[in-house]
Amino acid sequence: MRQVGQPIRKKDAMALVTGQPVFTDDMAPKDCLIVKVLRSPHANALIKSIKTDIAKKVPGIEDIYTWEDVPQERFTMAGQTYPEPSPYDRLILDRHVRYVGDPVAIVAGERELCVDRALKMIKVEYEVLPAILDLHGAKDNAVLVHPEESWRSLCPVGADNKRNLCASETSGTGDVDQVLADCDVVLERTYRVQAAQQAMMETFRTACYIDAYGRLNVMSSTQIVFHVRRILSNALGIPKSKIRAFKPRIGGGFGAKQTVVSEVFPAFVTWKTKKPSKMVFTREESQTASTPRHEMEVTVKVGADRDGKVRALDVYTLSNTGAYGEHGPTTVGLSGHKSIPLYGSLEAHRFSYDVVYTNVMSAGAYRGYGATQGIFAVESAVNELADKLGMDPVELRMKNMVREGQFMPAYYGETATSCALDRCMKRAKEMIGWEEKYPCRDMGNGKVRSVGVAMGMQGSCISGVDVGSATIKLNEDGIYTLSIGAADMGTGCDTILAQIAAQSLECPVENVTVSGADTDTSPYDSGSYASSTTYVTGRAVERACETLKERIVQRAAEMLECSSDDLEFDGQRARNLSTGEEVSIEEIGTASMCGNNVALQVTESNSSPVSPPPFMVGMVEIELDKETGHVEILDYVAVVDCGTVVNPNLARVQVEGGIVQGIGMALYEQIQYNEKGQMLNNSLMQYKVPTRLDMGKLRVEFESSYEPTGPFGAKSIGEIVINTPAPALIHAIANATGIWFGQLPVTSEKIAMGILERCE
Amino acid sequence: MQISIQLNGKKITEEIRPDLLLIDWVRQHGCYSVKCGCETSNCGLCTVFLDEKPVLSCSILAARADGRKVDTLEGLKEEAEEFGAFIADQGAEQCGFCNPGMIMNAIALFREIADPTDDEIKEYLAGNLCRCSGYEGQLRGIRAFIEYRKKGGAVCDK
Repeated sequence: MRQVGQPIRKKDAMALVTGQPVFTDDMAPKDCLIVKVLRSPHANALIKSIKTDIAKKVPGIEDIYTWEDVPQERFTMAGQTYPEPSPYDRLILDRHVRYVGDPVAIVAGERELCVDRALKMIKVEYEVLPAILDLHGAKDNAVLVHPEESWRSLCPVGADNKRNLCASETSGTGDVDQVLADCDVVLERTYRVQAAQQAMMETFRTACYIDAYGRLNVMSSTQIVFHVRRILSNALGIPKSKIRAFKPRIGGGFGAKQTVVSEVFPAFVTWKTKKPSKMVFTREESQTASTPRHEMEVTVKVGADRDGKVRALDVYTLSNTGAYGEHGPTTVGLSGHKSIPLYGSLEAHRFSYDVVYTNVMSAGAYRGYGATQGIFAVESAVNELADKLGMDPVELRMKNMVREGQFMPAYYGETATSCALDRCMKRAKEMIGWEEKYPCRDMGNGKVRSVGVAMGMQGSCISGVDVGSATIKLNEDGIYTLSIGAADMGTGCDTILAQIAAQSLECPVENVTVSGADTDTSPYDSGSYASSTTYVTGRAVERACETLKERIVQRAAEMLECSSDDLEFDGQRARNLSTGEEVSIEEIGTASMCGNNVALQVTESNSSPVSPPPFMVGMVEIELDKETGHVEILDYVAVVDCGTVVNPNLARVQVEGGIVQGIGMALYEQIQYNEKGQMLNNSLMQYKVPTRLDMGKLRVEFESSYEPTGPFGAKSIGEIVINTPAPALIHAIANATGIWFGQLPVTSEKIAMGILERCE
Repeated sequence: MQISIQLNGKKITEEIRPDLLLIDWVRQHGCYSVKCGCETSNCGLCTVFLDEKPVLSCSILAARADGRKVDTLEGLKEEAEEFGAFIADQGAEQCGFCNPGMIMNAIALFREIADPTDDEIKEYLAGNLCRCSGYEGQLRGIRAFIEYRKKGGAVCDK
């Protein structure tokens, strides 16, 4: 009975397509307090005074809280394993506000109308301070984003709040300067990747209530229930035993919900008032006061011989963490560690970075997590190198790419135990017709058709850190219940993990029900991020099922009064090989509920010392209008190696969804601030995510490999898929126009202006 | 002010505030399929039928629906299940938050255009944003449904 590899329908699919009330706001208590926050209009300011007395008189207002009412212990909202590398630089409300949108006061009231009215009646006097709005010059600036003494960093990441530094490091192998000096060609380029919004359709939202045990129950749209519990404990200064966090269906995450964003405010209100409350972020709040991708400027030096052998890579990343440091020290690492190792036989490499504080909205986790920025830079530099060498960029990559079995010094010294990157490249080249189309064809009507290429990699977990766990239980009638702490945010991990369980237990996937994620009842899981669910939690499921099978055989042996060694279990029946006697799984399940001393429930945990990368190649064909600069995507082919494909439908949709997000980031999506630090693109009217008219035709194929450390050979897929569109598109635009754009997004306007300037 | 609306076949007469939005009114009446995604008429998540025509319920006052017929996905259960299964068979429902709005508009499309081309489908649904699926899976599901309908008819035709 083969379950892994099947395009099985998601378990919650029909509830979702018929619009059942399964999301946080649908299920929030109906009589709960509405919670909203007053936000700072200044990028950097000290609150001199807040007057809330008149606002509190608005009928229906429960209470209003300011910086004087909240605990003074700093914490981080980053959803990471303790001790978090992100600095403890937050308070629920701070007297010092550090970006336009930073919370100033919490208002709780019976209805939205009275809360909105009260928000307008709070009088705040600010002492406005000079602000740092640009990431250049933030380091060692006289203006400090976090001057406070109570700021602290738990891990040695090179952080120093007195230098506006959230993290800093240098690593490498060999003498990169010497190798570069010896190269025939050295190319140095700087690339800038904008902050980009995850823009999941469901904005941030949380509902809270106190249960019969006096505990704070937090229902939130989150990827990280266990981290939510710790963060709320830190923020509110209450024991973790007093908190339960759980998630219903999530309307998209993409990393945005790997950070605590909306949770602390209603949690604080409910803990104070003991009344249920909820907070639903508006789209404007989600755009202006959340956790988008880190803006990064990546400088790449690449050295090669004339025949196209890439010998050295030197990468420096300047990352902008904004007003707070969530995920600042960790995202930046991927910009080098997941771009440099794409090139397999470098003689030397160096990777260094600085992560700086500025007075804009703080950044956070977003699909790709820094690899996206680094791969854009390195892949763009390599495309330009190919151009300079007069080589086909596909040939150049075939010559230099990492191959299976190769040691990867820039990837934490891991070995590529499964890698089909070369096959991905060959297949993508065939699919798009690279030979005929590279580099471009002038269509004679003011339009040029051109192609571009990029490759990418990611990880499958945070090695040695992430923990996935699974509890599997046999019930009467031979059905199984699988409990997980990983959060399905629409990707289908509930179904994928059920497929892994069904495969292990040799039963139909319908026989496995899934529940999670709930800090009270789920086994510990670090959460759904770092692409780790299938790889890490999937392995835990596999192991739990193996152990459960042993228990099932043990119970069957008691029933048949024989030794376990005489029994064979095929998922349906346990059979005594010598006598032919057998009991069915239904009988074993039923017997486990009467006079039984063998618990037919097993929990296993799993953590991996390695993080085997998935690989992919993306190639795009565009038609560029030289008059308007408009880029039309004609065809995007993606060939992915994610090891064993557990569910081809769900994997394909992951690839397609990630590519469209990548296209948006490359061509349209823009976060812009005015000189006061106010965001201009604060709605979906101004922040344009791609529609179905913008993405052309996508074609996805898989070149599977077998990853020995993954469940049934699987690696990850969630994040890698966003990494190739930007470099491939910028390559295609260069092939059409001769202009190498180094700053995303490359809008039509920029292209048209670039062509004009070139003509002059 | 008093309004009287036929919501999913049931007449509701009640007092409302004049500035109440239709989206808030239908959710107050338990129609949780209707979601708010943007507040600026950009995402299509809040689509409902007003006298059989798809409209954005975030951009219409409940008072405007007075004396008229409003239908949400809750009132189109059979059609939603039948067509939704084709989206589910592609894995394209993903997080599910945008599905109700997209399915409402798809149903409107099927009622309006018997055999739409890919371009007509994309154009008709251009106002329905989705951040998860990359749209290709939805298109595959819609095409598969149209083929199924051609072969044997469906609830939508009745």
